[in-house]
Amino acid sequence: MTVGKDVSALFPDVVNCMQTDNLELKKLVYLYLMNYAKSQPDMAIMAVNTFVKDCEDPNPLIRALAVRTMGCIRVDKITEYLCEPLRKCLKDEDPYVRKTAAVCVAKLHDINAQLVEDQGFLDTLKDLISDSNPMVVANAVAALSEIAESHPSSNLLDLNPQSINKLLTALNECTEWGQIFILDCLANYTPKDDREAQSICERVTPRLSHANSAVVLSAVKVLMKFMEMLSKDLDYYGTLLKKLAPPLVTLLSAEPELQYVALRNINLIVQKRPEILKHEMKVFFVKYNDPIYVKLEKLDIMIRLASQANIAQVLAELKEYATEVDVDFVRKAVRAIGRCAIKVEQSAERCVSTLLDLIQTKVNYVVQEAIVVIKDIFRKYPNKYESVIATLCENLDSLDEPEARAAMIWIVGEYAERIDNADELLESFLEGFHDESTQVQLQLLTAIVKLFLKKPTETQELVQQVLSLATQDSDNPDLRDRGYIYWRLLSTDPVAAKEVVLAEKPLISEETDLIEPTLLDELICYIGTLASVYHKPPSAFVEGGRGVVHKSLPPRTASSESTESPETAPAGAPSGEQPDVIPTQGDLLGDLLNLDLGPPVSGPPLATTSVQMGAVDLLGGGLDSLIGGPNFVAPPAAAVPANLGASMGSGLSDLFDLTSGVGTLSGSYVVPKAVWLPAMKAKGLEISGTFTRQVGSISMDLQLTNKALQVMTDFAIQFNRNSFGLAPAAPLQVHAPLSPNQTVEISLPLNTVGSVMKMEPLNNLQVAVKNNIDVFYFSTLYPLHILFVEDGKMEAVSSRLQGSNIFTVAKRNVEAQDMLYQSLKLTNGIWVLAELRIQPGNPSFTVRLPAPALPALGCLLPCAGQPLLPSLLPRAGVSLMGALAQLGWGPSEPDVNEHQNSEPSFQLSPIRLPR
Amino acid sequence: MSASAVFILDVKGKPLISRNYKGDVAMSEIEHFMPLLMQREEEGALAPLLSHGQVHFLWIKHSNLYLVATTLKNANASLVYSFLYKTVEVFSEYFKELEEESIRDNFVIVYELLDELMDFGFPQTTDSKILQEYITQQGNKLETGKSRVPPTVTNAVSWRSEGIKYKKNEVFIDVIESVNLLVNANGSVLLSEIVGTIKLKVFLSGMPELRLGLNDRVLFELTGLSGSKNKSVELEDVKFHQCVRLSRFDNDRTISFIPPDGDFELMSYRLSTQVKPLIWIESVIEKFSHSRVEIMVKAKGQFKKQSVANGVEISVPVPSDADSPRFKTSVGSAKYVPEKNVVIWSIKSFPGGKEYLMRAHFGLPSVEKEEVEGRPPIGVKFEIPYFTVSGIQVRYMKIIEKSGYQALPWVRYITQSGDYQLRTS
Repeated sequence: MTVGKDVSALFPDVVNCMQTDNLELKKLVYLYLMNYAKSQPDMAIMAVNTFVKDCEDPNPLIRALAVRTMGCIRVDKITEYLCEPLRKCLKDEDPYVRKTAAVCVAKLHDINAQLVEDQGFLDTLKDLISDSNPMVVANAVAALSEIAESHPSSNLLDLNPQSINKLLTALNECTEWGQIFILDCLANYTPKDDREAQSICERVTPRLSHANSAVVLSAVKVLMKFMEMLSKDLDYYGTLLKKLAPPLVTLLSAEPELQYVALRNINLIVQKRPEILKHEMKVFFVKYNDPIYVKLEKLDIMIRLASQANIAQVLAELKEYATEVDVDFVRKAVRAIGRCAIKVEQSAERCVSTLLDLIQTKVNYVVQEAIVVIKDIFRKYPNKYESVIATLCENLDSLDEPEARAAMIWIVGEYAERIDNADELLESFLEGFHDESTQVQLQLLTAIVKLFLKKPTETQELVQQVLSLATQDSDNPDLRDRGYIYWRLLSTDPVAAKEVVLAEKPLISEETDLIEPTLLDELICYIGTLASVYHKPPSAFVEGGRGVVHKSLPPRTASSESTESPETAPAGAPSGEQPDVIPTQGDLLGDLLNLDLGPPVSGPPLATTSVQMGAVDLLGGGLDSLIGGPNFVAPPAAAVPANLGASMGSGLSDLFDLTSGVGTLSGSYVVPKAVWLPAMKAKGLEISGTFTRQVGSISMDLQLTNKALQVMTDFAIQFNRNSFGLAPAAPLQVHAPLSPNQTVEISLPLNTVGSVMKMEPLNNLQVAVKNNIDVFYFSTLYPLHILFVEDGKMEAVSSRLQGSNIFTVAKRNVEAQDMLYQSLKLTNGIWVLAELRIQPGNPSFTVRLPAPALPALGCLLPCAGQPLLPSLLPRAGVSLMGALAQLGWGPSEPDVNEHQNSEPSFQLSPIRLPR
Repeated sequence: MSASAVFILDVKGKPLISRNYKGDVAMSEIEHFMPLLMQREEEGALAPLLSHGQVHFLWIKHSNLYLVATTLKNANASLVYSFLYKTVEVFSEYFKELEEESIRDNFVIVYELLDELMDFGFPQTTDSKILQEYITQQGNKLETGKSRVPPTVTNAVSWRSEGIKYKKNEVFIDVIESVNLLVNANGSVLLSEIVGTIKLKVFLSGMPELRLGLNDRVLFELTGLSGSKNKSVELEDVKFHQCVRLSRFDNDRTISFIPPDGDFELMSYRLSTQVKPLIWIESVIEKFSHSRVEIMVKAKGQFKKQSVANGVEISVPVPSDADSPRFKTSVGSAKYVPEKNVVIWSIKSFPGGKEYLMRAHFGLPSVEKEEVEGRPPIGVKFEIPYFTVSGIQVRYMKIIEKSGYQALPWVRYITQSGDYQLRTS
């Protein structure tokens, strides 16, 4: 309004105009004060008197205006004078003033939280929730939520069934915005059982008919969250599912920006509960005048909804899109066809022929994109569609994008025996070897080695050439290492080489770009917000510790004890059936592949971590001497946040997904149960168990099996003193006598208030279990992460590690090395800081605990200050790496859609072999 | 939770007016907005949500203005966009047209409104009719009794003031159904839905209590009315104006409300039942490279013979480099609109069951353009009065006011084209 000019010099003159009876002028003066008070704090005091006077004006409009403006003047000196008028206004007879004053408490709290608490405004605000006027209630709720969000520990919004009831009543009467505040607040509540959840849902569903899209989305959020608590067998559950679909569809007729938010959220909802929208495919068809961001989102949802029933329609649409003009959209459409082929097996043939049609168009980017996806289809359905290779080869010359070239080379190498001139084709690529991107170089190297193993007589020269190019003339360590490994394999044992390089490849899995379940659950709690639009947890983009409380879906309470989300149930075998920590190779591979499908609960994730560690062990060079040195079990520090950037590659991130993807909804990693006390040592009582950490409490999950011939009763448990003072928080409850061959599962809550004694190793726990027969002793190692407390976070970067309560403090890039600073806090309050150094191209990670910063830890840890090796399971890793090598498959590419990116940069292990 | 500040920018990204609600985002951050927007647009990754460092921009565009909200937190995005659109609505009601000029002419009132619309990031009163009662265009002398907060602002009925008086009490009900249609190039219907709205124009005194009865199938089933005589309609997703008691509708499907004064949209609904496309188009677009394009379009009215579609406009895409148009139509007139690259064939009245034809001929330059052109669909606009596709009917409108006056409800039905697209090959 001032055309950018600074008019603060006029301050005294403007303030003089404050006592006017022209309302419009008064408003402008107030506006001026808001803008300039900060630059002239001393003079702003001059205005205080008028404010105080205006707060007692007979006209409520003026009173409200004064209290509203005062809150916006962020000058400390003024806030002191604000308290009295504010107190009066909070009790004003006019609801308009009260509702304004309620918001003012939040403003004041933002400036001076202590003052607000001291003055007791928070209690007044809480009282306003019971106000007779719905608008006041809504603003009080909004203000309290805002304060609670920035002070997660304050426990301000102490929601209980009574206050919830009040909110639900106000919900019917307040304005659309008030309804949103209340719904958002309700979403933070966790009902005590499914009945309460259902009754809240019943009262929230009418909001789905509101004309305002934001009200609808907030209502959807509450319903999606509370639905988690309802049993699927309930009639009401089905009704609710049916009620959700129409409003979601109608959101697509809103304004494009709202459509975009809705689509991003529908994307989450479809992943969480695909059944809601499975019959609504058509509404996601792209219209010509949709903005591009809406088009791309619709496309994504179409693929998620694709099934055998509707695939014909989807394909026809996708083909239509693939002939549009917008390059980005066309590329995505072509890629979508590939994803359909992999997702819906019955459609694969149709997809392939559609892709071939598209290749015939000779539109360059369409052809390249099609070749990339056809390679994925080959991997999913080997030896089925090779007849198309000839067509692909026709387009060899037009490929200029690395991804497409690499895909084509892979195809040639893989099917070398069926392509007569494979050697010529590959040779033609070899001419410009050094000009190619790493992705293509690596692929070419592998392809030629494959070719050599298949047709050794004709291609000896070629393989020599590529090996020397890769090993002698290249600066890329990845390429060089891969070259050397092939070279040595070929020269020492060609038979083994054949077994390794030409081993049967595991099939790629279908839906791979699903959001990992814990994150998905968290995002469901954030429906309608920025987090749901970015598909990132708020901690990833909101600065500081403010507003980064983790939300998770409530566990199902009444009907089942399982906390697994329904989708993951088939993937996660019940723990305890897997007695060994290290599974068989087959399992391991299978599970590595399925990483994205669901969180495997038993053995495999652990083993995967150990692959990780194994790599570190093998290649850590100078670190080798440290293996076995420290007894301290370091935190699984190798699990760095997966979104480190492109250099880390997605294969790696998929491995890391495990850390957060496994286990319970609360996100903590759970070690599979192991036998702690074999039956022969304990007169027929077998005990196996594990430790879990859920929502702030540690528990020991025990499985007691009676293998004796007599009934066992009178169970009791005791712990010896240990390093962290772990002790049972409740007596061991075995309700009925344990009859022969019977097994019971018990979850024993633990606390950390027991007496402390340093153990060797640090995480050793000695346990005594008594029954009517005898007392038995055993000792076990508990994983350290169960001691990591939730508030160990210093700053937020990654949600993945947060699932295990390891938090990233900072990430820096120093001299081309990624430095990650991790923090975690043990139950006894000790902070552990670790520095994690990751060099691109160097597969070993260095972990360092800076000793000076941690005097307290120094005395606890025998080796603080030295580089520590993250060795949860170091030895297992070695053999696993060997196993992997034999299978000719490195721990990569669980992901169809992303593995192209992972190709050049995925540097976990140099002995990663061709596919 | 919500927006930190709201900006209104001109088309070049220069702030015209802004309001800082929370003070946690530096007001200078807005300077990053426009460059960011341009950059993202160039990358083809434009989205309504942009971020620069820690600051997130949520924006919409209205005529030659950008409305931008900034936030640092995990704000409720749908709330912010809804609010921005509501703001546009309020400003439009105040200034008729919302554009740069009207903002510049009304700085004071814009400030006043921004102050009232939102407080500390929480949207407050956004009902323009109520706002107009205490934020007026003319400067307001502060006299006792004047310019008070209307009690309506905080009432449970926050959309209607008390003490409204009319000599003649009337309600006009408009039932408008828009047909959205998407047909692919082979002529098969991909998507056909009806989006209906019921708009009310209320001239009623006092605080009347209204009840609207429709031939809603769910209601008929509830009340046992679903006999063969009563034709009923299944409404798929009904959305109501905030005046309608939602929980009551949820319980017994009664639409009861105290209406705002004047014009408003009472409800909207959606039906995805397949109906025969009302106007069917068959087209042949033959392109002879370097010489000419020949277009033949056949339009057929597939509705009752008694009904007539008014103001029919069929827009047919033509290549952007086409020249020298020639048309022949059996009825109506055709016009070439080069700035949109379409031929618009308008037919004033189009009775049901009739079939009309249009031919067009264009020349093409002998030197062809490099870039490939998109294939825009054929669009159709029309309006058919006295008729609803879904068969929805207003069965009654009960008006009860304590003074007991008699009021007349008037009902009008219209079917019109919505997003009506037929893809071309």
